Amino acid sequence: MGEPSATEPESERESEPAPHGVEGAEDSVIHTRALTKRYRGGQLAVDGLDLTVPAGSVFGFLGPNGSGKTTTIRMLMGLIEPTSGAARVLGRPMPRSSRAVLPQVGALIEGPALYGFLSGRQNLVRYDAADPTADPRTRSTRVAAALDRVGLAAAAGKKAKAYSLGMKQRLGLASALLQPRKLLVLDEPTNGLDPQGMREIRSLIRELASDGTTVFLSSHLLDEIEQVCTHAAVMAQGRLITQGPVADLAAGTRGRLVVTTPDAAEAARVLKEQGASDVVIADDRVSAEPPDRDLADLNAALVTAGVRVRGFGVERASLEDAFVALTGEGFDVAG
Amino acid sequence: MSQAEAVRQTPAARTPSMMWTFGLFRNEVLTTFRRWRTLALLGVLAAVPILVGIAVKVETGDGSSAGPGGGGPAFISQITNNGLFLVFTALAATLPFFLPMAIGVIAGDAIAGEAGTGTLRYLLVAPAGRSRLLLTKYATVMTFCLVATLVVAVSALSVGALLFPLGDLTTISGTRISFADGLGRALLIALVVAASLIGMAALGLFVSTLTNSGIAAMATTVGLLITVQILDQIPQLHALQPYFFSHYWLSFADLMRDPVYWDDLTKNLGLQALYAAVFGAAAWARFTTKDITT
Repeated sequence: MGEPSATEPESERESEPAPHGVEGAEDSVIHTRALTKRYRGGQLAVDGLDLTVPAGSVFGFLGPNGSGKTTTIRMLMGLIEPTSGAARVLGRPMPRSSRAVLPQVGALIEGPALYGFLSGRQNLVRYDAADPTADPRTRSTRVAAALDRVGLAAAAGKKAKAYSLGMKQRLGLASALLQPRKLLVLDEPTNGLDPQGMREIRSLIRELASDGTTVFLSSHLLDEIEQVCTHAAVMAQGRLITQGPVADLAAGTRGRLVVTTPDAAEAARVLKEQGASDVVIADDRVSAEPPDRDLADLNAALVTAGVRVRGFGVERASLEDAFVALTGEGFDVAG
Repeated sequence: MSQAEAVRQTPAARTPSMMWTFGLFRNEVLTTFRRWRTLALLGVLAAVPILVGIAVKVETGDGSSAGPGGGGPAFISQITNNGLFLVFTALAATLPFFLPMAIGVIAGDAIAGEAGTGTLRYLLVAPAGRSRLLLTKYATVMTFCLVATLVVAVSALSVGALLFPLGDLTTISGTRISFADGLGRALLIALVVAASLIGMAALGLFVSTLTNSGIAAMATTVGLLITVQILDQIPQLHALQPYFFSHYWLSFADLMRDPVYWDDLTKNLGLQALYAAVFGAAAWARFTTKDITT
């Protein structure tokens, strides 16, 4: 971590080239059409998925457990043959073009998988040797750089079975970063990491994205998605519910007006009078759907009515609110 | 590697060489022989000739010849005259079970073990390529066949040289050949024994593509070996027996005839090639179309 170009990932993210309006397959890194997977048991895991991941985006892939995220990722990586439909990664059909596409893709799928009897370094050497486009002469340099990047250089000689969950996760990430990649597919990358590790991974993702790498990130941590992603898609029960820029998704649900006051009952009455709906009182907190007018007037009305206001503001809808509104459920396992 | 360098060296700029693809084979062999399990198997195989050698030495310590004529594996009665015969005895003793069992463990675990630990998905997205990975695995199992056989042979030769006299030897046909000639035949026999295991290796690899549990694949492969060995003893199955992969295994003794009797030897090698082709193709058909869900 701490590479020279880690200085302005934020501005890069805000001014991203906005290719999301055009759904053309040419500037999308992942593009699926009616992608469907029915397992042999007859269970429909993914149902007619039309997913478009714009180049250069940090794409959050959301959904409750069992919603088909992992099956989708496995189809994109050529591990599972789709029942019907088509998937293109980096502009080429998968799984047919695996050999051309996958060297440019780094992946962390359903957690790391390591050889416990090999050291961290030997694990990476093995995965690097599996890539036929990797030059064996520079293998040790690549492996050392990848270990360094995830902060594992000091533990590289230890057997992987002695690693903690967080260290295994870092080693898995290192294997995804062995080569310069055009696309990174990261399934729950911060799983098992401590808060410091999560921060490091997030800054690593931003840094990679600022280099132009498209990052496809699946996570159940919504605030994580909100912090790093430019785009997101939500899946539930094998279907895509929505996709688009994160800002648009969150904007779909309106923010709530929140007033903090010791005179909660009185405040609620005034707010209703002023046209606010769905007023909820919780101790000294009154929240409501704001009416369509300048909220400064509402504040003035409260003060005029003698309500002592401690706090007044609109709580922006979080992605979590949007998510629950869309899927109509929390993170329960889909039946 | 610095950031700037990483950007400059785009994936497209890499020009892969054909030789790079063998890096996986090298790594696979290294990885296999780094496992404690592999070393333990080789240890057991190395111990068999030592036990046989010591047993024969103790038995014949009083000057009598080994066994009351006929008992025990082939060539055992000749060991006291010439330590080189311990090589043939040890191979004859390990070929029916110990050697194929070791192959069954390595071959059965080859794909299924990786699937069970999840490392298979990372090898495939690296991308190892399914056909390339399968070929690499098969080549590695065959390498193990050769190494395992050589471990038995070298261990037997060392023990034989240590405990018994060496020198010119008598073939089964009764002719005398020089020690150097005998050594050459011992090496040839070791190679034939290793080749006898090719069919078993292909069978194990095929079983390995059917399951995601390394243990299940190993147990099935070794179970098949035992079943076939038993069926090969039942006279009523006479018509089927020439198609059992183990049927001609002990034909390697024919290399000790003068002149060499090639009939069963070629049948054995032909049968192994047939097994390799059939189960190799089945493993390929299965593995290249399999959904990797672990």
